[in-house]
Amino acid sequence: MTDTTVQAPGAAPIPGEVTTDKRARRSRFRPKGSVVVMTLYLLFLLLPIYWLINMSLKTNAEILGSFSLYPRDLTLANYAKILTDPSWYMGYVNSLIYVVLNTVISLAVALPAAYAFSRYSFMGDKHLFFWLLTNRMAPPAVFALPFFQLYSSVGLFDTHIAVALAHCLFNVPLAVWILEGFMRGVPKEIDETAYLDGYSFPRFFIRIFTPLIASGIGVAAFFCFMFSWVELLLSRTLTSVDAKPIAATMTRTVSASGLDWGVLAAAGVLTIVPGALVIYFVRNYIAKGFALGRV
Amino acid sequence: MNKTVNQKAWFLVLPVLILVAFSAVIPLMTVVNYSVQDTFGRNEFFWAGLEWFSDMLDSDRMWDALGRQLIFSGVILAIEIPLGIFVALNMPKNGFWASFCLVLMSLPLLIPWNVVGTIWQIFGRVDIGLLGYTLDKLGITYNYTQDITAAWITVVVMDVWHWTSLVALLAYAGLQSIPDAYYQAAKIDQASRWAVFRYIELPKMAGVLMIAILLRFMDSFMIYTEPFVVTGGGPGNATTFLSIDLVKMAIGQFDLGPAAAFSLMYFLVILLISWVFYTVMVNLDKRDGV
Repeated sequence: MTDTTVQAPGAAPIPGEVTTDKRARRSRFRPKGSVVVMTLYLLFLLLPIYWLINMSLKTNAEILGSFSLYPRDLTLANYAKILTDPSWYMGYVNSLIYVVLNTVISLAVALPAAYAFSRYSFMGDKHLFFWLLTNRMAPPAVFALPFFQLYSSVGLFDTHIAVALAHCLFNVPLAVWILEGFMRGVPKEIDETAYLDGYSFPRFFIRIFTPLIASGIGVAAFFCFMFSWVELLLSRTLTSVDAKPIAATMTRTVSASGLDWGVLAAAGVLTIVPGALVIYFVRNYIAKGFALGRV
Repeated sequence: MNKTVNQKAWFLVLPVLILVAFSAVIPLMTVVNYSVQDTFGRNEFFWAGLEWFSDMLDSDRMWDALGRQLIFSGVILAIEIPLGIFVALNMPKNGFWASFCLVLMSLPLLIPWNVVGTIWQIFGRVDIGLLGYTLDKLGITYNYTQDITAAWITVVVMDVWHWTSLVALLAYAGLQSIPDAYYQAAKIDQASRWAVFRYIELPKMAGVLMIAILLRFMDSFMIYTEPFVVTGGGPGNATTFLSIDLVKMAIGQFDLGPAAAFSLMYFLVILLISWVFYTVMVNLDKRDGV
């Protein structure tokens, strides 16, 4: 750490701004895209979603009785039912609780680890990094039953923390990988200058380093949130009543009555909302997140 | 970046290690435990050796599921990768419309997987779904709960709908990183559109495309929720993929021994592929000099 030249932090490029640069760059030489292709593709993507929204605004009688491209008899009753019936809306609350818990735990343990991987080499670091990746690739189906038994035996079955911990299986490796990708973009000279200035590690990490990789933390949080939110198999296996997620509530309703399409569609629409709300903020980093920080 | 050797960095990794050990190693050991034991109930177990493994290797059930799984993964890769590249090439390059497309394209990626299943379950129904209704009116017999072909098409189209955007986003990120000078040089040489794609864009996208291919392969290899909601693995066993079969065996029938042996072999396949993934990626990183 002593043999490298020390450089003023201000002279170093700040990570995160590099990517926004790309967006602003204009070119007369790049081949132009086709509007027709994009329109068709977006239509293909949005049509099924539109249909779900359309159904959620109809009454059951209209859904089954007549076929129409838009709701003739616009009703919000399906949404009202979900938002007033505790067995429905508690599903959302449960999901949100374990998703937030999971995001917090994942980030808290992943931040120091990602820093270690991006800055130091130590015994077994490469093997450890690979081992983390294998957990991201582990099929949840393999872990469903052992998780059920593990959490039952320690008395955590049907609690939010059980699902949050189970989702750490794939979210912690993901967070480590994404954060490591962002941290690699921060020049090491910043660390060294700070240590020379007499910062201790925790103080440096919180005061100087964290603000520098704020966008990376945001992206990692978004991806943890998302993958925990979309997962069904583990969250369904580990809960029965008290922590039952909305996803499980929906599947059980299908098998039980199989008729209340309007409410089912409304519940589906409401699960899309959280993702759709935050997606705008991370739109330029989505590719990087999906590529595990490797773009 | 050359890294400093520092063994104390282990302390920073320790929390991750403990957490992942709790959520991965302990459950995995339970699986190993079951895979070599048999039971007559009442928690009495006895040693069964490798019996379950040889049983599973002899059973048609696992090989059939594996075969279906490989066909499924192959088909969706063959569709999603070219389609994703094609979409990425046609995306607006900057400004408002680029953001607009990015946000809309990411939407399917953020929908809970069972809702994806529900959306297509509704969309494909002949009585209430737009797709099923339209096909029916056009005189095409379409019934994904009865007909094997229709079930497969529905599951494949659903996956294309769900994940093509991921490939497109990654390819787009790769395209954005190509410096202008490359295109300028191609223009001066009067290169054809195909030549630009073949000799500039494709090589520059190779890294991200590798990630896209392998991510799609892994995720399709452990697909569970979406086909389960739409077809429930049916008609018959036509869309029963590895994960669906495994859950059926482990939680539905509670055949712990065979299910555990199945799990371990399934996991080994994934490990093998992960290793290939990692090696290829590390080599690409080295080549790019990161």
